[in-house]
Amino acid sequence: MKYLHLVTANLRRHKLRTALTILSVALALFLFASLRSVVTTLHTNSQFGGARRLVATNATGIVFILPVSYANKIKGLRGVRSVSWANWFGGKYGENARDFFPKFAIDPESYLGMYPEIKLPENQKEAFLRERTAALVGKGIADKFGWKVDQNITIQGTIFPGDWTFTIRGIYEPSDPAIGDNVLFFHHDYFDERLGHAGIAGWFIVEIDNADSAAAVAKEIDDQFRNSSAATKTGTEKEFQAGFATMLGNVSLLMGTIGTAVVFAILLITANAMMMSASERTGEVAVMKTIGFSNRTLFTLVLVEAGVIALVGAVIGLGIAKGFYPLIKFQGFGFLPGFTVTPMTMLLGLLLALGLMLASGLVPALRAARLPIVQALRRVE
Amino acid sequence: MIPLVYNARSMMQRPVSTTFTAVGIALVVSVFIGMLALGQGLQAALARTGSERNALVLRKGADSELASGISRESARVLAASPHVATGTDGRPLVSAEVYVLVPLPRPNNPTAVANVVVRGVSEAAWSVRSNIQVVAGNRPTSGRMEICVGRKLLGRFDHLDIGAALHFAGRDWTVACHFSAAGSAFESEIWAENEQVMPVFRGEVFQSITFRLKDAGAFDDAKRALEADPQLSVDVHRESEFYAKQVGILGIMLKVLAFGVTGIMAVGAIFGAVNTMYAAVAARTPEIAVLLTVGFRPSQVLLSFLAECLLIATIGAVLGALLALPINGIVTSTTNWTSFSEIAFSFRVTPLLLVLGIAFGVLMGVVGGFFPAWRASRLRVVQALR
Repeated sequence: MKYLHLVTANLRRHKLRTALTILSVALALFLFASLRSVVTTLHTNSQFGGARRLVATNATGIVFILPVSYANKIKGLRGVRSVSWANWFGGKYGENARDFFPKFAIDPESYLGMYPEIKLPENQKEAFLRERTAALVGKGIADKFGWKVDQNITIQGTIFPGDWTFTIRGIYEPSDPAIGDNVLFFHHDYFDERLGHAGIAGWFIVEIDNADSAAAVAKEIDDQFRNSSAATKTGTEKEFQAGFATMLGNVSLLMGTIGTAVVFAILLITANAMMMSASERTGEVAVMKTIGFSNRTLFTLVLVEAGVIALVGAVIGLGIAKGFYPLIKFQGFGFLPGFTVTPMTMLLGLLLALGLMLASGLVPALRAARLPIVQALRRVE
Repeated sequence: MIPLVYNARSMMQRPVSTTFTAVGIALVVSVFIGMLALGQGLQAALARTGSERNALVLRKGADSELASGISRESARVLAASPHVATGTDGRPLVSAEVYVLVPLPRPNNPTAVANVVVRGVSEAAWSVRSNIQVVAGNRPTSGRMEICVGRKLLGRFDHLDIGAALHFAGRDWTVACHFSAAGSAFESEIWAENEQVMPVFRGEVFQSITFRLKDAGAFDDAKRALEADPQLSVDVHRESEFYAKQVGILGIMLKVLAFGVTGIMAVGAIFGAVNTMYAAVAARTPEIAVLLTVGFRPSQVLLSFLAECLLIATIGAVLGALLALPINGIVTSTTNWTSFSEIAFSFRVTPLLLVLGIAFGVLMGVVGGFFPAWRASRLRVVQALR
């Protein structure tokens, strides 16, 4: 500890070099934290799902519809508490691909009853439930487009043609980020009426009494419709969400490969800087040895210097990642709702910094410790 | 001018530091090329899907084939349009198609599914759609539940060998052939006869109609005429533009990722280069003084050090480009959210990307080397020699 001032003195010798090295470590850990958070956020979102919620879709594929009349039959099954249904509604608002947000036609009362994660003031909820052409929108898109309650907005139908005008009666905030704060909900009744009472539902959400009976109830639902015009495929909401995540393909491999390259590149840069500063000091290390510094002390001094660089860089990089993304409300164009840098990522980042310290400091530290005094002093400067 | 040999020898004096700096730059360049190659591959697959000479018709307002729906009646009206070219057999080159998505399980993870396009086609599709070639087996026999499988699906899903039975939509479909489509998105599709597909999926409705333009230059006329037709209520797109636009949000994401990540990495690599070069300048202070004393001008010293850094950066950049080369052709897949379907595409390392990558590396060298070189050229002879 008493040699701490030696470490700081060495760090201050080439202020620019120290600063640049610290910054490159910071950049590396910022990237590491960002890339890893993409993977963890996707994973967390794919795990989303109420334990007591099942989702039934058309067995032929997610893009095929089911008769809305199935709801009554499902409701009659044992172990089922309530049933709701929803439709994907394509639709365009704005010209830009970035302006896209999901829109669902839902059976409002049962849907909001089943998703307590969708939070909104009671008076707004009532207003939304009361009116056929009302819409409920997430705070994220409301902020993005500057929407206010009681405002009319018009969506151009893509799957369901025509102009669809809704009055915003509620703005919700999700208590679970996986829900996303960028969804527009509107009444399935209104949707059905505009479609000439087609009676279609994209999927059913089934709330069951007991999470343990999920598999049994799912099987019962599927058995019920096996020989109907449209067979169903029922699973837990978690499975349903996980299915979407797998559609992205191998994101974690891509992120992992890039992350490795980044960390390795920065490792080289830091190691290089450490070695350069060590080799410049060959002479003084020899002098220190002559006046009685032990090999071990010199070894520790170099390693601590590397450690300070790695740690300061890590704290800066990880800190920026932690603070920056919430600030710009990053959601990966809507694909990564609830994007967060988890404590685990921070911890791994710190471990990585520790590894960086060892990898970049070990060789120069060993070299300093093993330096033969006579040879080093004989070297012509 | 100070000979380059001086710089080359100086670099060799500090092999470890030179190597580390060059490899650092190489890694950045290879990640840069790799990520752009990913976006390029996606774009190329989609851009090749459409032809300049074809027009694609969707229901008015529909932004994708999946969202569209066109009746048989409309298809008949369209086929009779004077803008449609006729084939050698005298029949109009029109292909009315069914477009649906079916979930196929991924072999390596049975719980994971991918939404694969099943396209119902008529006889005409094989000639109207561009570059379609049967590479194995024979085209599905009319009246049978047979399918032709795009080449890029092979190996990524099970039961796709010729003669195998693939199960979807509650039925078994026999694989009759494999087809290629010049690397386009069609290669990620399964084709079957319209008459087989319609009853199983959405009934008597097509999703899109593609026709060969009689006069490729008269697209605007065709578009105007058809969109104004009260019998139709359709949007007409040039096929090539339509598919190129399907890159959509995925393309934007890949670009942001590529430039964001490599931009940040590049800053790190530049810092590394700055460090190395400052150290090089500091270690060679007496040398520089000698150079200045014997009459080299400061600008020549500046150039010399800049050249040295450029040399390191160029070696790194070329190395990086070489590192990135092997990924060319690797097939990867993801869901294209614009069409909601699984699309397979290859990393495409084009010559342009290689040049861009190397230029990027060299730029890192210039930026990283400038200030140290500047310092070298500003050295005071007397001080430096003392």
